[in-house]
Amino acid sequence: MRLLGFLTRRGFQSIFVLFGLSILIFVIARVLPGDPARAALGARAPQWVVDRLREDMHLDEPLVAQYGYWLGDALQGDLGISLVTRRDVTDDIRDFLPASLELVMFAGLITAVGGIGLGILSARNKDKWVDNFIRIFSYMGVVTPSFVAAILLLLLFGLVLDWFPTIGRLSEGVPRPTTITGFYTIDSLLAGQFATAWDALKHLILPAVALALGSLSQEARITRSTMSDNLSKDYIAAGRALGVPERLVTGRFLLKASLIPTVSIFGLDFAATLSNAFLVELIFVWPGISRYGLNAMLRKDVNAISAVILILGITFILVNILVDLGVGALDPRIRLRAARSD
Amino acid sequence: MAKPLLDIRDLYVQFKVYGGLLQVLDGVNFRVDTGEKVGLVGETGCGKTTTMKAILRILPEPPAVIPRGEIFFKGRDLLNMKSAELSEVRGGGISMIFQDPTAALNPVFTIGQQLDPVIRYSSPQNRRLSKRKIREEAIVSLREVALADPDRLLDSYPLQLSGGMRQRVCIGMALATNPELLIADEPGTSLDVTIQDQVLRLLRELVEEKQTSVILITHTLGVVRETTDRVYVMYAGNMVEVAPTRKLFANPLHPYTQGLMQAVPKLTGGGIAHGIPGRIPEYLDPPPGCRFHTRCPQVMDICRREKPPHFGVDGGHQVACFLYDKDAG
Amino acid sequence: MAREITAGELPGPITREQVKQLQRKNRRENLGRSWYKFSRNPLSVIGGATILVIVLVAVFAPWVAPFPEHAKPFTDFANASKPPSAQHLFGTDEIGRDILSRVIFGFRFSLTMGIVVLTLVVPTGVVLGLLAGYYQGSWLDTIIMRITDIFLAVPSLILALAIAAVLEPNLFNAMVAVSLMWWPWYTRLSYGLASTLRNEFYVTSAETLGAGKLHILFREILPNMTSPIFTKMSLDMGWVIIIGATLSFVGLGVQPPRPGLGTMMASGAKYLPDQWWIAVFPALGIVVVVLGFNLLGDGLRDLFSAEGV
Repeated sequence: MRLLGFLTRRGFQSIFVLFGLSILIFVIARVLPGDPARAALGARAPQWVVDRLREDMHLDEPLVAQYGYWLGDALQGDLGISLVTRRDVTDDIRDFLPASLELVMFAGLITAVGGIGLGILSARNKDKWVDNFIRIFSYMGVVTPSFVAAILLLLLFGLVLDWFPTIGRLSEGVPRPTTITGFYTIDSLLAGQFATAWDALKHLILPAVALALGSLSQEARITRSTMSDNLSKDYIAAGRALGVPERLVTGRFLLKASLIPTVSIFGLDFAATLSNAFLVELIFVWPGISRYGLNAMLRKDVNAISAVILILGITFILVNILVDLGVGALDPRIRLRAARSD
Repeated sequence: MAKPLLDIRDLYVQFKVYGGLLQVLDGVNFRVDTGEKVGLVGETGCGKTTTMKAILRILPEPPAVIPRGEIFFKGRDLLNMKSAELSEVRGGGISMIFQDPTAALNPVFTIGQQLDPVIRYSSPQNRRLSKRKIREEAIVSLREVALADPDRLLDSYPLQLSGGMRQRVCIGMALATNPELLIADEPGTSLDVTIQDQVLRLLRELVEEKQTSVILITHTLGVVRETTDRVYVMYAGNMVEVAPTRKLFANPLHPYTQGLMQAVPKLTGGGIAHGIPGRIPEYLDPPPGCRFHTRCPQVMDICRREKPPHFGVDGGHQVACFLYDKDAG
Repeated sequence: MAREITAGELPGPITREQVKQLQRKNRRENLGRSWYKFSRNPLSVIGGATILVIVLVAVFAPWVAPFPEHAKPFTDFANASKPPSAQHLFGTDEIGRDILSRVIFGFRFSLTMGIVVLTLVVPTGVVLGLLAGYYQGSWLDTIIMRITDIFLAVPSLILALAIAAVLEPNLFNAMVAVSLMWWPWYTRLSYGLASTLRNEFYVTSAETLGAGKLHILFREILPNMTSPIFTKMSLDMGWVIIIGATLSFVGLGVQPPRPGLGTMMASGAKYLPDQWWIAVFPALGIVVVVLGFNLLGDGLRDLFSAEGV
């Protein structure tokens, strides 16, 4: 019951935020100087055609009305037409979104497993060389901008060592797997096309690692510091004193208490991941929505820009809700306090 | 003489810190016989908790160093024991109630989730019991400490309990393992006086019932007087005096003990209570000789140079003070 | 025999002038103690020293750089794409410009971006958060924090990119874009701090004594918020520089032929791996600057947390 209340409340909050976001996006898009209709049709189109389009696009009506039309269309799934690809933006998104989702989720997996794993390893071997090495590594990971990391990885593992391919999702000549989820790795596995799956995976690794590096380092640092702080807490000593075996004390009992900040941070880290995807998709020529969006921004493709920001905003909000649920699941203090404040 | 249950001999404990080594325990001797209730009195910072943590080997070993000394429990050497053996001794053999019950409970697990492994690993037979059986045992333990509705309690989190309840839970947990020796570190000090009284009374009953040997740590002399058979007085990492309780209160020998007794305000006559001037010494660079000499009203020349050994005064009563050196002039 | 104390007269032999002197002495001692503590950690000192060096180098760029004219439009195809040598420590780029000099001038853009953005963002964001936090629960609070939520709903870089994209691509507009996207973080931080601090006794007593709102906000609450804000500012310098470099890399910030660090990386990326120095040295420049600010910020954070806010 508490869960339902929490979800409803967040749901309303999110809708409100999305509404505000849509206004923000609309304002940004309309700031663009120049005539959108003219830009859509090109310099050589006759003026009366442009005027007709202006009428259709409601460009001469008050801004509030324009917003209304835009919102109405968007809610029906019509996000306009891309100036660059000349297709429905909705179609573009359907094509490119799965690629980005695959990349981001894989990066998220690496972040979670790698970040927490390294953090635990570091805390367990506190102040020994393993710990110091991991600490330096994660510090550098936090400090290095994602595009620098991406280029370095591409350079080292892609070009110099030639261990991994550096462009796109599949090598030349490899057929796309039948679309079920849009994730090449999963789809090809489900269809039994193992060679394709392996090829897709190889293409996925470098960009995913480049994307995950910053967040992974952040998570490792936080996990390590929380765990080593908690190691000296009384409840750990009490557990030992009462005869609970060491593996349980430093395993289950320490871990659950220490993971809370790590999970809380995941929301912010995810935001960074979504942002960094723009750079990583650019550098690795990954046909995802971020690259599409970046292109749109550089070519001032208003409809596409708006749509991409909207989609990313929705994704981010959803992930934040999930993170809050996760933290609530781990930490009873937050769950119970939240219920009490209702 | 029967072998002591717990025997600490000449224990030194140091902590590595930024400026050097903190000499926290400076040759501690401590003994508990089976069935005894031993009190340990001393001001905050004198090393009481450190000694107890050393027994259970739960001192954080990187900063903590044990360069010298021996700790025997039922004849077994605790200092050189392997981790697996130690787990057996902890719980079933020696159990501990911590000073702050709120800090001693893991905030993200229910009471039941924390009690389960404590009971399960307290004896080899318990390991094979089912979850339900262990839960029944847990309920029994919680009933023993007079907690209402133990079934619901097991599914609650520490934050949902009051301070007094948490203290009882900690006592229940410590006793659930049926220890032979119970270490109670200032039970109830973090609670208000009336609840503290209840807690101490409860503790006394349970200990009587189960015939557990007890080490009771406190800085309240009144509690010691009522509850213990024998008392150790500790100051700055040394045991300065030990005697059967009645004898200690009737005839405190060490100047520090005398100062302590005088510092307790009395309701009947006596005027204003006197404090002991001065402060506890620095552990990083402790003064040579007797650690109390800087505050001692009866300090002699030798006290500044040499550390006093224990001098026996009529059987059972020992003092670490040169005033009682019968060979001196 | 008590004598009458008139209003404005302090009992006891101390003058206002003496109080001021004591305050000055206290401040000096605190600074000395803080410096002592800060200097205990070698990493923080390294961070601080690095930043100091970079700032000096950037300010005196025309005199420090070996080939200052290479930062302006310049070509020398004879010397193009030369690897690092004694004459050109970082090598030359594809049209013959000395990379070391360009990186030095590049620091100017990075630091300018950081300083300008923070100068705009911090006062705005902090004041908004201060107001929202103090008047917590009012319509002012709701409006400010909802707007903050909206801006924070979009991952930062994406918003910056979008804003920069609709404007003319240049450094100024990049700074505008980043500023517009950055202020909510300070609002949120100040909001949390202010809403906690307003319950402190010194605030309630000031209110009871009838102090004006401006006084309470800026003389009671704000001074007690400075430590976390300063720490965040120092760490943020690094992040703002990264975002600025990212925008330039993508083509939305410093435009070629000007030597922005990100811009140089973008043009140099084409020549990997053979003429690696064209992209790698600007990259190192970015990393060193950010590393410096991070170490400095960490040091400040340790300093403030140990003393307690």
